[in-house]
Amino acid sequence: MGKFRCLLVATAAVLCSAPVFAQVDFTGEWAPLYHEDGPERGPGPELADYTEFPINDAARMRADSYDADRISVVQEYQCRPHGADYALRGLGQIRIWRDIDPATQRVTAFHVHFLAWDSERTIYVDDRPHPPEEALHTFQGFSTAKWEGNMLTVWTTHLKENYLRRNGLPRSDKATFTEHWTRHADYLTITTVIEDPVFLTEPLVRSDNWYLDPGQHIGIFGCEYAAEVPRPEGTVPHHLPGENPNLHEFANWYGLPFEATRGGAETLYPEYQSKIVGYHPPAKCTRYCHCTSLFNCNVDR
Amino acid sequence: MSRNVLIAQAALWLGCALSAWPQQNFDNVQIRVLPVQEKVYMFVGAGGNTTVQVGKDGVLVVDTQYAQMAPKIMAEIRKLSDKPIIWMVNTHVHQDHTGGNEALSKLGGPGPGQAPRIIAHENVLNRMTQPVPNQPSIPEAMWPNDEYATPQKDIFFNGEAVVIYHMPKAHTDGDSIVFFRRSDVISAGDIFTPGRWPVIDLARGGSVQGTLDALNYILRLTVPARYQDGGTLVVPGHGRLCDESDVVEYRDMLTIVRDRVQDLIKKGMTLEQVKSARPARDYETEYASDFRTVDQFIESVYKSLSEKK
Repeated sequence: MGKFRCLLVATAAVLCSAPVFAQVDFTGEWAPLYHEDGPERGPGPELADYTEFPINDAARMRADSYDADRISVVQEYQCRPHGADYALRGLGQIRIWRDIDPATQRVTAFHVHFLAWDSERTIYVDDRPHPPEEALHTFQGFSTAKWEGNMLTVWTTHLKENYLRRNGLPRSDKATFTEHWTRHADYLTITTVIEDPVFLTEPLVRSDNWYLDPGQHIGIFGCEYAAEVPRPEGTVPHHLPGENPNLHEFANWYGLPFEATRGGAETLYPEYQSKIVGYHPPAKCTRYCHCTSLFNCNVDR
Repeated sequence: MSRNVLIAQAALWLGCALSAWPQQNFDNVQIRVLPVQEKVYMFVGAGGNTTVQVGKDGVLVVDTQYAQMAPKIMAEIRKLSDKPIIWMVNTHVHQDHTGGNEALSKLGGPGPGQAPRIIAHENVLNRMTQPVPNQPSIPEAMWPNDEYATPQKDIFFNGEAVVIYHMPKAHTDGDSIVFFRRSDVISAGDIFTPGRWPVIDLARGGSVQGTLDALNYILRLTVPARYQDGGTLVVPGHGRLCDESDVVEYRDMLTIVRDRVQDLIKKGMTLEQVKSARPARDYETEYASDFRTVDQFIESVYKSLSEKK
């Protein structure tokens, strides 16, 4: 083979393999950034704070009935993990690794390990179909993905019932969500679009960010059921309609009109501001004023 | 309103529902087979889910859907095993779970002169043999031939213990759940129907508290593998394959709605007032059923809680 022909073959090989190498590598140890929605993701959301959620009446009532005692009284809730959608914004680091088909050198799957509940998730990038509708649902669901340029777009189905927010705002097992994974140098951004025909009237869009931290070590989460609050079998703590004493707490603390805290698609848009009458924000911030990480959310400052 | 009238109304609902089921066109219904785990499979077709266990001893079938579905069910069983059906279990009396008893026995039984043993609680047999006004009698070949009257019945089949527990006064008064102990699978019948309003068949001895007791009993048996995922799997009477956390969600819904209705009864509300209050409205977008509206569900809870103990 002449020198010219060798060069041609080599050039062709590089060109043909270009799409493979265009696939972004998300592998590594990633530490979460809490500059978005810090209070919600760190110490946890306020009770009855439904702002920014396009929820329907059913979701609102379900959340109004929620009693956080359920997490300790009902043993099956004690070690219940975040769903795949919430896990992205829950506490803790993540580790991502990938499978590569040795024959094609293409990525066939990404795996994600979450600190919280040691949850692990697989995202298939090999065009496999999703399971039939009667198949088992899991907290991590079933995820497949496709490349859109350098962005990985992930679609997840077969989720178990879980929460949109840890104050009882529900997300149903009929929900699906789409993620867009993008990497810019050492920063990873995942944007999720959740669609839930049971509890949402519009898609819920959120984003979360991480930075690459090669020295990170994810510890063991560990969880074991225990009878923390002995109650008769079958007890399910909840508030009867109209009897939840905490519903106005959030609105009062932040000087918000109660209606504005109740969520709904209308409240997501700027035009809603013109409907808020009598809004008198507190003169001085007194709660969650400087909350940018897990440990600096001081409720009294 | 007297209790007899209430029961008659409930019977009318269910009678309408039952008579509507056989009108279905089964021609285009396909059986979808889902491997559950170990030796157990879930068959989804028309009517209730069928649970099938296969192994060296033969085939065990829990619930038989409708008679019209028997050839299709048998064809799928034959893809898993060439052995005869030795055992059948009926989780309760309703026709969408027992309608294929006779046809499936003929198609898959051990042979001429030998029928599969059909296990059910004795109340299933009592209900099947009891004449119902304006309803044709149920042929003897469809009856359970191995009824039990104890809290549980044990058999050992295909290398594992199969324990059949009676769940008193739950969906009906003759409910059984079937626990495949080595495969770690529970077939729950209509005590558990995720995504569908519970049918509490008051006319056939069901009750809301009995249904809750049964769900809590299932939760005693289930053990999740890891953080509430997997482990013991539960085949529901209708709907998708589930595990413990799915049963918890369903149990919680029924508990919360029961508590709300009980509270409204204590406040002196009539049935119509309770229905108007919509005590299950936060579940109305999640639960649905071809055979039961939310009003019918609330009515059954109300009447069950109002029954004299």
